[in-house]
Amino acid sequence: MTTWNVVLLAAVLVLALKIAGYLVPARVLERPTPARVATLLTVALLAALVVTQTVQGDGAHPLAIDARLPALGVSAVLLVLRAPFIVVVVAAAVVAALLRLAGWMA
Amino acid sequence: MAGPDPERAAAVRAALAVGLAVAAYGLSFGALATASGLDLWQTCVLSLFMFSGGSQFAVIGVLASGGLAAAPAAIVGSTLLGARNALYAMRMGPIIGGPWWRRLLAAQWTIDESTAVGTAQPTLRGQRIGFWATGAIIYVGWNLTTLVGALVGDLLGDVRAYGLDAAAAAAFLGLLWPRLRTRQPIAVAAGAAVVAALTLPFLPPGVPVLLAAVVAVVVGVTNWLGPAAPAGTGASGAPALDRDAGL
Repeated sequence: MTTWNVVLLAAVLVLALKIAGYLVPARVLERPTPARVATLLTVALLAALVVTQTVQGDGAHPLAIDARLPALGVSAVLLVLRAPFIVVVVAAAVVAALLRLAGWMA
Repeated sequence: MAGPDPERAAAVRAALAVGLAVAAYGLSFGALATASGLDLWQTCVLSLFMFSGGSQFAVIGVLASGGLAAAPAAIVGSTLLGARNALYAMRMGPIIGGPWWRRLLAAQWTIDESTAVGTAQPTLRGQRIGFWATGAIIYVGWNLTTLVGALVGDLLGDVRAYGLDAAAAAAFLGLLWPRLRTRQPIAVAAGAAVVAALTLPFLPPGVPVLLAAVVAVVVGVTNWLGPAAPAGTGASGAPALDRDAGL
């Protein structure tokens, strides 16, 4: 599978889900369980992605604690302080970059 | 500002406020996408056709950590993350109305923000204006900033030196944050994070993320920690729009 295959297939599937929603009769929404599962799916996947993106290592060491962890901590603090998304993201990058520049937790 | 048409003005104002803030996400997406190995065209195709932030970040995040070996996990992960858009589409269908081609056009722009602004307006006309204005502003802004971000990302060499891997983690946290308002999603997020952390050392990249989705299904079906009265107040899948949304 090439990167193009992944990009196109994933894009088609996500778009197809949007279109499918317009084809479903509105009364399906009255049933709470599918709606709840779809909403919670988003939460679960994003939370798991936060973890893997923060501590995923390479083949030899699948778990890696490095500059990403303190950077994520800083972004969490900024989110509590209601900083805008872009500030949170940039701050995480800056913290990780500075820690690596200083040779800590490279 | 309150012109002769306050209904329209209110909807457009909300669309502009949300749309412009969100379009800025595109910068981080573009830069992170090229950093994770996508070329400029692949990055832009994702924003043009997939057009759903969480799913797009999932594709590049999983590919960045697992390479093409993680391709199936990247595709399944982004599709599952896009499942909520189908819910929004069901919600928007009766509001959009009109001939089938209008709903087909609306489908591409049916995302968190356009649904939130649309459904938050008091009148049907305001809801339509809010949806289309937000969709248009974000679609244009998201794609332009994706292009700029991808061009900038291409210029950077070692992405770890710039902390872009940490920025990706922060991006996921920023997308997650506004959804953690009640006990149930907080419990699901915590459970999913634990599942991902515990299985990460033993499974191929991307698979722990899919496994964590099981937590959502179990809690969702049993409605553990959910509101006592089912179905709430017609909350039916529309994302809340408020200042906390990090937008």
